[in-house]
Order: sequence, then structure tokens, then C-alpha cells
Amino acid sequence: MADVDSPLSESEPLNDVLITGKPTYRSLQERINYLVMAQRNHPLGWFIAFAVGFLLLNVMLMTITYLLYKGVGIWGINIPCGWGFDIINFVWWIGIGHAGTLISAILLLLRQQWRNSINRFSEAMTLFAVACAGLYPLLHTGRPWNAYWLMPIGPNILGMWPQFRSPLVWDVFAVSTYATVSALFWFFGLIPDFATLRDRAEKGPVKMIFAMLAMGWSGSARHWQRYEAAYLILAGLSAPLVLSVHTIVSFDFAVGIVPGWHTTIFPPYFVAGAVYAGFAMVLTLAIPIRAWYKLKDMITMRHIDWMAKVMLTTGLIVFFGYIMEVTYGLYSGDKYEIALVLNRFKGPYAFFYWLLIFCNGVAPQILWWNKARQNLVLVFIVCQIVSLGMWLERYIIIPVSLHRDYLPSSWGYYTPTIWDFGMFFGTIGFFIFLMFLFIRFVPIINVFEMKELLHRILHESHGAHDNAEHGKEAHTSAEPATGA
Amino acid sequence: MSEIGTTGDRTPPPSTLYGLIAEFEDPDKLVAAAEKVREEGYRKIDAYTPFPVHGLAEALAFHDWRVPWLIFICGCLGGITGFSLEASTATPFVQMLPRFARMLPTMNEISYPLNVGGRPFLSWPTFIPPAYELTILFAAFGAFFGMLALSGLPKPYNSIFNAKRFELATQDRFFLCIEALDPKFNYENTWEFLQNLGADSVSEVER
Repeated sequence: MADVDSPLSESEPLNDVLITGKPTYRSLQERINYLVMAQRNHPLGWFIAFAVGFLLLNVMLMTITYLLYKGVGIWGINIPCGWGFDIINFVWWIGIGHAGTLISAILLLLRQQWRNSINRFSEAMTLFAVACAGLYPLLHTGRPWNAYWLMPIGPNILGMWPQFRSPLVWDVFAVSTYATVSALFWFFGLIPDFATLRDRAEKGPVKMIFAMLAMGWSGSARHWQRYEAAYLILAGLSAPLVLSVHTIVSFDFAVGIVPGWHTTIFPPYFVAGAVYAGFAMVLTLAIPIRAWYKLKDMITMRHIDWMAKVMLTTGLIVFFGYIMEVTYGLYSGDKYEIALVLNRFKGPYAFFYWLLIFCNGVAPQILWWNKARQNLVLVFIVCQIVSLGMWLERYIIIPVSLHRDYLPSSWGYYTPTIWDFGMFFGTIGFFIFLMFLFIRFVPIINVFEMKELLHRILHESHGAHDNAEHGKEAHTSAEPATGA
Repeated sequence: MSEIGTTGDRTPPPSTLYGLIAEFEDPDKLVAAAEKVREEGYRKIDAYTPFPVHGLAEALAFHDWRVPWLIFICGCLGGITGFSLEASTATPFVQMLPRFARMLPTMNEISYPLNVGGRPFLSWPTFIPPAYELTILFAAFGAFFGMLALSGLPKPYNSIFNAKRFELATQDRFFLCIEALDPKFNYENTWEFLQNLGADSVSEVER
């Protein structure tokens, strides 16, 4: 398919055809598996992106080494701002991860078939985002080698238990559960695809690796029935998991008494914010990937359109959260809460607060316009603005709330250091590194789900349908075969 | 396009025959065929498809209820484990147990109640998040490992892979297999029957 469109401008029609072109089961499979099977012909762009990721990963490793050597003093945290970039980035990454689970699980439960082409790489995005996030709770403790104290390993080993009433311990349970369940869910979806790769690979070590990963999957209808049941229930488990994990992360703040933290809007506001940031990241990945890897007929303009709408919706919920924060603060009559709200409006960090309002509240409103959502450059830019905005939101919540709380003699400022930035960009590199490894070695779109979607599309087109012709003649779904 | 041996040896020794397999290009034909196979009385049958085909499991009259139940039980176990862990460590319940239960040293060491600001020991709302997460974790384990275990996976050797062109079963062809161990299985009759179902080809599967 000669694709002369430049990657970031689009002249595709916007319709409800979820797979365009003339797909067959085999063609879908080959298009997706091509990346994995044709290892020798990998495009140069992949190497460049991977090199960037690898470079930043090394930056991350250096910052972690220095952190373990010197301690958290290398960061800009101090008293009163005990938490800075470490927790900002933790919450940012975890939030990004949530969109993947939402696409995989919640859209499955809502029977939204458009999720089929985007769920594999967004679930992978979740895994890698959680990997990046998980570094922070481990390393931000003053003595990370004692991190095992957070695990309930028992009186015999430790002599005591962790404080189960603490949100920090809840985080341990929530984030580990989230990482594990996401990994299981992701791998679960991969088993039939590894079987396809096993059957397509030529004899040799590669075939054996895929065979082991596929666990002997044969496509048996009985296995499929169990698979579907388990998959649906896993999705049903992941949906409350997403909600609970980010709720628990929001409890890190909401349970505290710091003004600006102790507010009940936090759990829903955080969860909506997570979905918001996550969809921004999914679109950031989807727009280039569909162009570079020629997947435009599987990730269509309709997909981009819907994802942009989800982003807009959650952006509005987040904006409502901002309004509520201000309302609670001012309406409470509590002088500390009022002081906090005014501090955000006109204090030393006011620039960041108004930048946040612009990034998260104002800029994405452009997505109300159809034409805007179809302009891929614009959507991409809005996604970057939203990612920045969501990062700023955590910046406003964490250091800016901490730097001036109850006692003026305790007031201070937070200034990040090069090590803060280094580790943050390092985790971005880690994410890119993992993402590109994933793109190269694992099918980035769920092959069997695309085939299933194609089957449904063919079924729904009674009689001849030009777009979706498979096999020899047009498919009529009404009559079952009555013999030869 | 069926593969038939010479007339003389159309009945191979049953011990090396796993079954007969029919290949279809269209999943709906497969579903119709599966229904007919079941009506005919065959029970040891299975179909192989690259993606889950709606209606196929019903046509084969197969529904494994164990998967959802297993997940439910695992979830309950997770919740109970989580809550008991928290409740037993945070409350001085050990003192309330009869003496013989406190014989094991471990039992004496579990409780570590802390009076935090006069709040109750059994502060159950704060115990919900870890218990909730463990519920989901154990249920997810139940789903993943349960589904694999109930299907007998990972399975290093499966006779069905000896079928001709079976690598297409995970690609774009749909297969229906009647095992030789089925009580109604008769080589010639079953072969004829499969051919008349509209299959693109019928062949043997070695054990």
C-alpha cells in the first residue's frame, strides 16, 4: 500500500468503518505480524528512537546510582516540601497507565469494538508506565534497601508488621496488584497471538520460543470458551482495579491534613485525571505508530476521533475538579484553606497554576470542533499540552500545597535539582526503551481480536460489501451451509 | 479435495489414529457443521479456530462453569486473607483465643496492636484497601492460572498438531475434529459424514 500522505496530516474520510481497505483474516495477521517476523528489515527510525530511549535509560541508571549512594538530599526536597518530583512523577506515570487498562478492560465490558485495534499497545503502555512509576515509591524512601519493611512478611522475619492503615502501605498493595494484574491480562491476550506467530515462524529457535510462550495453544473451541469467560472476568476485575488504584494513590494526599490535600474530591478527580493523561499518551503513541507502521486502516480516524472525545470528556471532569477545589477552599471558611487557594492564584507558584489551567482546561477545548479532532498535528500537540498539564497538576498539588501550610515559620520553597529532572527524563527514556522493544518483538495490535472484529463486520454486511470481501464470494450471513 | 488412501487400506489401525479432521474456510459453515455433528450423536468432538467464533461453543454444547466459580472462590480467599491479615495483626485477638491455640509461638507473635490516637483496633474501613486489592489479585490469579490449568495448558504435545495444515488453525482456517475414541466413531462412516458437511477437505490425524 503506497502511502504518500505525510504522517501528521490526514485526508482520510471519517466514517464508522473500523477496518478499512480489503482485509482478510490473513492480511490483517500478516500486516501486524510483519514487524515481528521481518526482523532483518526493521526501519532505521526504530533504531534512532531506540537509541534515544537507551540513552535516557542510562541517564536514569546514573541518577539512581547517585541517589543510592548519596541519598534523597540530591533532590530538591526539603522541609516543608518533603515530596517533590519523586511523587509527582509517581502519580503521573501511574495515571498514564490507567488509560491502557480502561481501553483493555472497560471498553471491552462496554462492548466497544473500536478498542480491538488499540488495546494491545495501550496495555503495554500501562505495563511500562507502571514499571516507571514503581521505581519512585521504592527509591524515594530514605533507605530503599529497607523497602522490604513495607511487605507483610511476618513477625518471624521482621519482628513487626507494616501499618496497614497507612495509605503508603495501601500503595504497596495497590501498585503491586495493578502491575501483576496488568501483566497477567496483557500476557493472557498474547497467548493466541503467540500461537499464530509460532505457526508462522520457520523451524528454529524462534519457533520454539513462540511455542513456549503460546503454551500449546491450539485454538480449541473449548479452550476459547474458557478463555473468553476468563478474559471477560479479568476485564471485570481490572475495571474496579483501575478505579481503586488511583483512588488509593489519591488517598496518599486526601488522608493527610495538609490544606489543599484533605478534600474528598480527590479520588474521582484523580481517576478522571489519570484517564485524561493516559489517553493523551495513547494518542501520542497511536498517531505516529499508525503512520510509520502503515496501520492506518486498522487504527482509523474514527479511533482517533473517539479517543480525542474521551480525552475531552475527562478533561472537563478534571476541570470540574479544579473548580471544586477552589470552591471547597473558599466556601470552607477555614483560613488555611482560603490562604491556600489565594496562594495558588497569586503566590510564588502562580505562573504554574495558571499554566495548568490553560493546559488542562483551556487548550483541550479545541477538541470540541470536528475539524480539530481530524487534524492529527493539532491532536498530537494538544496531547503534549495535556501531558504537561497533568504533570503540572501534580506539581501544584504536591510541592505547592506543602510549601505553605499551617505555620508560617515552617514555610519554604521547592526548587528541583538536576537530579530530579535527570531521573524524570530517565524514566521517559526507560518507557521509550521498553515501548520500542515491545514494538519490535511483540505484535502491537491484537491479531485474534482484529480477526474477530472482521468476522463481525463481515457478518453484519448482508450480501455483497465492497470493503470487506474475504474469500471468493460475497458472504451472506443469513443461511448456514446446508451441505456441499 | 479430500485425501483418501487406496481402497485396500482405508481402515488404519485405530491405535495410531487420533481422529478425523475437516477443514473449513468459513466460520459459519463450521458452526453449522458442528451442530450437525452433535445431532448425529458424536460427543468427542472439538473445533479449532483462529479467533473465538460466536455460537461455536453452544453448537458443541460446551460450557465450562468451573472458570467463573474458580475465580470467585479465589477472590473470596483473597479478601478473607487480606482482611484476616490486617485484623489479626492490628487487634489483640490472640488474647481472646483459648490457651491451646496459643501453643505455637507464631500465634503469640501475630498481634501487634497499636493505639493510634485512640482509634479502635479493628478500624475496619482502613482495612478495606489492601483486602480489596488482594481480592482482585487472587481472583486474577484464579482467572489466569485457572483457565490454563483447566484447559491442560501448557501442553508440550498435542496430537491435533499432527493434522495436515493445522498451522492454519491459528491463522485463517477453521477445523472440526472427531476423535477416534468417540463411541460412534467408524472410519468410513465418519469420513463420509464429514465430507457431506461441506468441508473443504477431510484428513486423518495421527496420534
